[in-house]
Amino acid sequence: MAYSDKVLDHYENPRNVGSLDKNDPNVGTGMVGAPACGDVMKLMIKVNDAGIIEDAKFKTYGCGSAIASSSLVTEWLKGKTVDEAYAIKNSAIAEELALPPVKIHCSVLAEDAIKAAVADIKAKQLTKATA
Amino acid sequence: MANAYFDHNSSTALRTEVLEAMLPFMASQHGNATSRHSFGRTARAAVEHAREQVANAVGAYANQIVFTASGTEANNFAIRGICSNLEAAQILTSAIEHPCVSRPALAMEASGMHAKNIYVDSDCNINLAHLQKLLLTPTNLVSAMLVNNETGVIQDVAKVAELAREHKAYVHTDAVQALGKIPVDFFALGVHAMTVSSHKIGGPLGAGALVLDKRIDIQPLLYGGGQERGLRSGTENVAAIVGFGVACDLATKNLSAYDVHTANLRDHLEVGLAKLNAVIFGYNGLRVANTSFFSFKNIEGETLVTALDKAGFAVASGSACSSDSTDPSHVLLAMGVPEDLARGAVRVSFGLSNTVQEVEHFLLVLKQELTRLRNLTAIAA
Amino acid sequence: MERQPIYLDYSATTPVDIRVAEKMIPYLTEHYGNPASRSHPYGWTAEKAVENAREEVAKLVGADPREIVWTSGATESNNLAIKGAANFYASTKGKHIITIATEHKAVIDAVRELERQGFTATYLEPEADGLVDLAKFKAAIQPDTVLASVMLVNNEIGVIQDIEAIGNMCREAGVIFHVDAAQATGKVKIDLANLPVDLMSFSAHKTYGPKGIGALYVCRKPRIRIEAQMHGGGHERGMRSGTLATHQIVGMGEAFRIAREEMASENERIRMLRDRLLTGLQGIEETYVNGDLSHRIPHNLNISFNYVEGESLIMAVKGIAVSSGSACTSASLEPSYVLRALGRSDELAHSSIRFSIGRFTTIADVDYTVELMKSKIEKLRELSPLWEMFKDGVDISKVEWAAH
Repeated sequence: MAYSDKVLDHYENPRNVGSLDKNDPNVGTGMVGAPACGDVMKLMIKVNDAGIIEDAKFKTYGCGSAIASSSLVTEWLKGKTVDEAYAIKNSAIAEELALPPVKIHCSVLAEDAIKAAVADIKAKQLTKATA
Repeated sequence: MANAYFDHNSSTALRTEVLEAMLPFMASQHGNATSRHSFGRTARAAVEHAREQVANAVGAYANQIVFTASGTEANNFAIRGICSNLEAAQILTSAIEHPCVSRPALAMEASGMHAKNIYVDSDCNINLAHLQKLLLTPTNLVSAMLVNNETGVIQDVAKVAELAREHKAYVHTDAVQALGKIPVDFFALGVHAMTVSSHKIGGPLGAGALVLDKRIDIQPLLYGGGQERGLRSGTENVAAIVGFGVACDLATKNLSAYDVHTANLRDHLEVGLAKLNAVIFGYNGLRVANTSFFSFKNIEGETLVTALDKAGFAVASGSACSSDSTDPSHVLLAMGVPEDLARGAVRVSFGLSNTVQEVEHFLLVLKQELTRLRNLTAIAA
Repeated sequence: MERQPIYLDYSATTPVDIRVAEKMIPYLTEHYGNPASRSHPYGWTAEKAVENAREEVAKLVGADPREIVWTSGATESNNLAIKGAANFYASTKGKHIITIATEHKAVIDAVRELERQGFTATYLEPEADGLVDLAKFKAAIQPDTVLASVMLVNNEIGVIQDIEAIGNMCREAGVIFHVDAAQATGKVKIDLANLPVDLMSFSAHKTYGPKGIGALYVCRKPRIRIEAQMHGGGHERGMRSGTLATHQIVGMGEAFRIAREEMASENERIRMLRDRLLTGLQGIEETYVNGDLSHRIPHNLNISFNYVEGESLIMAVKGIAVSSGSACTSASLEPSYVLRALGRSDELAHSSIRFSIGRFTTIADVDYTVELMKSKIEKLRELSPLWEMFKDGVDISKVEWAAH
């Protein structure tokens, strides 16, 4: 399978690998996929009080395109508001990485991971507000 | 002793350029084209390049080419593959087809289909009126070869296809003997499937292809790893496919040179043959330039071929595939040639390597042998 | 130009041995006759070469040359054997077929095609070690079983089935027995003179011969009949028509001759290399060998590296050419059906790598591979959320994953 240079770059030098403190009330975690499907993505975002994503980290079990997709979104997320992050579409990820059709699901998974992480942080903020 | 190879319709010598292209794929580039590592990707790229070359040679798109191991396999694949997805109806094959077309058609009778022959006339042309008559009965498939391997007569396959399509029948053409001898254009012929083969055009044995109209629903002959878009499983014979591709390029690029060269040789031959009172089969038909199929009254063909062989001339007494049998050529019988004359038939098929000197030498030897054999017969009589 | 990776994918295909190539080339250049041409020496030379090669193939497997039918490869041999025998004997014996779930696709899909034509089939699951349970096989035989097909050596995990015992059961029950031996020639001794096998498929390109050529053994005593699948000039005694590719046949003959003469010493050397590879890789945490290690050819090592996804692993180890799953199905993203049939979890099946060692593998190749695997697996596990969970003591099998 021929990978694009961008996929290869993210795969060889993944950005923002790692984890954030999941118990931090400002950290949202999204874990999507399943081992049985061959890919699991864990995306963590740290959101400041102004609603801006300050930091993003990922870990991914999956093919090169899945790793590249998650690495790319961690770069994109930093500096965006939560709502802007929520608006990121898989098609933009697929286009940026020039993913072949059989790998489109990797970008879908990355979009799902963002949505899950945002949902998590919103839920946490809601708990904080109501507390 | 001379050493002249006049049997190019049976098999051709591999071209040097073809061998050079193949060698890396027999040595360092040995990958399985399905593997994803660099060995596999190199093999895959080579197969796909060859697919383009074959497609260009036959006026089709690369994604219409299904590689097989031989022309025989492609013909079996076309006939069995197309018909087994259809309701029982008749299959029409011309009376002069190679057995690898007529026999799979006969084998389909086990599935309730009827295999019928389309007649040819005495010049080896398909009888279109007979085809039209046959088409009044529901027909699954019509298979008509583009060039006959024995006489070299070119068939009006475009017309056959037109008639067949009017009756909603599929059309297949065996173009094995046409490629590299005349321009071959899949779309212009209007057929649904077309067979080509590598070793008849200076490529290696072990590669052939079926060119397919992609809308056609065809059943594979070989099941397994799903190669060739699931239509032909089996590890790709990369070296042979690469050789086939290069051979296609060379054969179609040099078509006019080939035509001029072999036509010159054949004219030389046939002028000489006329002086020896030979009967030349398909002489009034439109023929490819390299083939001459002839016989002499009261001369037994096998004896003549053996004598020519002793003198160093490789010719054929019928098609190579049926050389095991001593039955007269089914092509000649279909043309209405009397059995004894058909039995004596000799086929000469030229290639680029042959020379006028070889032909003149051949005519000399032929004349001597005919005199000798006629004397023997005279003594016996 | 980039340096070629180290080739450890000999089960996908092998390079043509230089001795084989040297034998083949004259048949491409000088002796290009059609072996079916009877009227001139070009044809005779080709025919003689074809018959010599037939003898060499027969010798390696203890058969009579008259029992060897040329084909375009193991896929065709398997299709011809299975469809040919099933169709020939269906009316007298019945329409039930037994095969193993871990067979090559060429066997499985040929049987599936027969199912579409009205046959029934049992796809026996092997045990977790990849071997067929003989009692289960016996129990699968029905009064109307016409054919059984069991591979000698598995292409993905290299395990060797007890063909003799299975064959004896088939003979006793009057079941035609086909064996796919594409991965076995030159690796395990095959003596068809004494094996209860009716049909056996061979391939040249897995044994240092060329691609595009194979053979089918069709037993003469007892006489086994098959229905031809390819019709035409009546080559190969009517069982398989089509012009024979002389150079490829010559190559197969020479490859099998070399295999016969060198397999004993070669297999010892390869066993040493495999053990070295195994020891090295077992130094990595959470690795699992797939398939039984004792009933196995020395050439194969199939290992799952837990918590690492197979395709990313293949990408990471570009310095070596290996495969995940079998080459034929590499285009799909499904985990290996062979490993699934052994009961391996999806994760382990996804994380498997097949290393296959061959004639030209060196100790340095193996040592390099071990070091490469160690460093890349460490890197990928750093990336893996599953590895993190495992290290945190989470039982991944108990996690409820959102389906996607």
